[in-house]
Amino acid sequence: MNIALLLEMAADAALDRTALVCDGKRWTYPELLSAARGACELIRESGAEYVALLDESSEAAVIALFGAALAGVPYCPLNYRLADEDLTALLERIAPALVVGDEARVARIAGDQGHTVFARDTFSDKAQQAAPDEPGEYDAGEGVAVQLFTSGTTAAPKAAILRHSNLLGYILGTVEFAAADEADAALVVVPPYHIAGISALMSSIYANRRIVMLPNFSPEAWLRLVGEEQVTNAFVVPTMMTRIIGELEKGLDANVSSLRAVAYGGGKMPLEVIQKALEMLPDTGFTNAYGLTETSSTIALLGPDDHRAALASDDPKVRARLTSLGQPLPTVELEIRDEDGNVLGPNEAGEIYVRGEQVSGEYKEKSALDAEGWFPTRDAGYMDEDGYLFLSGRADDVIVRGGENMSPGEIEDVVLTHDCIGDACAVAIPSVEWGEAVGMALVVREGHDAPGEGEIKELVRARLRSSRVPEKIIFVDELPYNEMGKLLRRKVKEILAD
Amino acid sequence: MKPGTRLKSAACDTEVMVIRTGGGTIECGGAPMGEAKPDTAADLSADHSNGTLMGKRYVDADGAYELLCVKPGKGSLSVDGVALVTKDAKPLPASD
Repeated sequence: MNIALLLEMAADAALDRTALVCDGKRWTYPELLSAARGACELIRESGAEYVALLDESSEAAVIALFGAALAGVPYCPLNYRLADEDLTALLERIAPALVVGDEARVARIAGDQGHTVFARDTFSDKAQQAAPDEPGEYDAGEGVAVQLFTSGTTAAPKAAILRHSNLLGYILGTVEFAAADEADAALVVVPPYHIAGISALMSSIYANRRIVMLPNFSPEAWLRLVGEEQVTNAFVVPTMMTRIIGELEKGLDANVSSLRAVAYGGGKMPLEVIQKALEMLPDTGFTNAYGLTETSSTIALLGPDDHRAALASDDPKVRARLTSLGQPLPTVELEIRDEDGNVLGPNEAGEIYVRGEQVSGEYKEKSALDAEGWFPTRDAGYMDEDGYLFLSGRADDVIVRGGENMSPGEIEDVVLTHDCIGDACAVAIPSVEWGEAVGMALVVREGHDAPGEGEIKELVRARLRSSRVPEKIIFVDELPYNEMGKLLRRKVKEILAD
Repeated sequence: MKPGTRLKSAACDTEVMVIRTGGGTIECGGAPMGEAKPDTAADLSADHSNGTLMGKRYVDADGAYELLCVKPGKGSLSVDGVALVTKDAKPLPASD
């Protein structure tokens, strides 16, 4: 089955609804479907083996996603923030492609790779003009719908592939068709090359919920668009939430009364930010969504009721759930396993494994699934006795000191309790004696003085074990995050190695 | 028959996508469904006329069959005469 079915059904059932608002332009579902069919013609004519998007969010992302699906070639949105040489290498891996977006840049950095390139507006216009009067014969949807290069925070980018069946398994299993009210609107601000940006388009289209696109995030623009378009649903990454809450705290006059549901994910949400958000937006439901590119987006979530219950509770166990990823979706299976593959019980930390229709776990080079179809996420975590999932970091980030496994998150959480510390990152540093030892990069909180190294070490020694005491501590102005709010531990390692 | 096959009702406007299927006969309005519409419409059986709803998934008791309604109609779905029931996506808060 082809993911284009989602758009076809919306076009059949919701003829007059606004499907998409971008840069003040409005599109209906039949208009988007017609353009996607036109795009399919362009793709076929070009002989492209991939459809790439090198651009910010716009209607072209929807047209290219479904046009590629109809033509039966993978849609591969690229991170336009990458350096030229990294992007050249990725473009090389998908040549020949039909590339939509930054024409001049493709000509400059990959002009000899045989791509067909269209600027955004040219692509949208040509796709509409090429739309056939009658739908043609389209791909059956038995192959790959989307290829995403992972962000490569720990290694070179891998080409994760999502089949039509993975994406449809996710949407059909979690979204009720046409469930949105006519007035509902979802604000999409995640970049198009992120899995959350792709699943946001598909779920909103299937729910017949109007998509409002904000190509460039700023807290002011986000809040203004919420008021203007009466936005009811939104997804943000933690850094965006921090800035939005900061803006509201400054007393910016914003109308957010329409905002019914805000979901967040893509990185660790600071506890104080979500607490403030819950207090400042008492009528909004918050959802923490945990997922990976390789799992077609969300596999576990902490819903609005859990958030409110945790905020109101005096029970430390219930209160701690504000930092939990919630419970697995009913449509997936999830297990915590130790290094030997044994399934662990409640509160035992290990690696998160997941299985289900939406789980691809597949890279262009090879599948990471085991013989029974389980995907090792490389995320480390544990589940409490009530089935709430907690994340302690990437399995690759675990520090192994003299055979003892240590989670960076545990050490960071302790150091962050110091009044003068605003941000903290623990990584493995080479140690002649222990193989690896703990190194830390710390950011001093605004208006405070840097504490002495001895003070930090003593804090860790008192609260944890002496093995966890950082051997090397440096103070930096800020920690390196990518634009999605993901901490780049690889870079922290480099800084500490200097 | 493969998953992804689109079946049409012989008795009404209903169309479904096959998500999962066994070896039995898939019917709508009491008549077998096919990839093409017959030249003459079949009669709509009174026992199989509760209607289908756009976007609903229909399953049998054993979970061997699953159909997605992509066009609604007056007939209702069955396999070898046994009515299928709707399978509701568990209501989840929107997460993306």
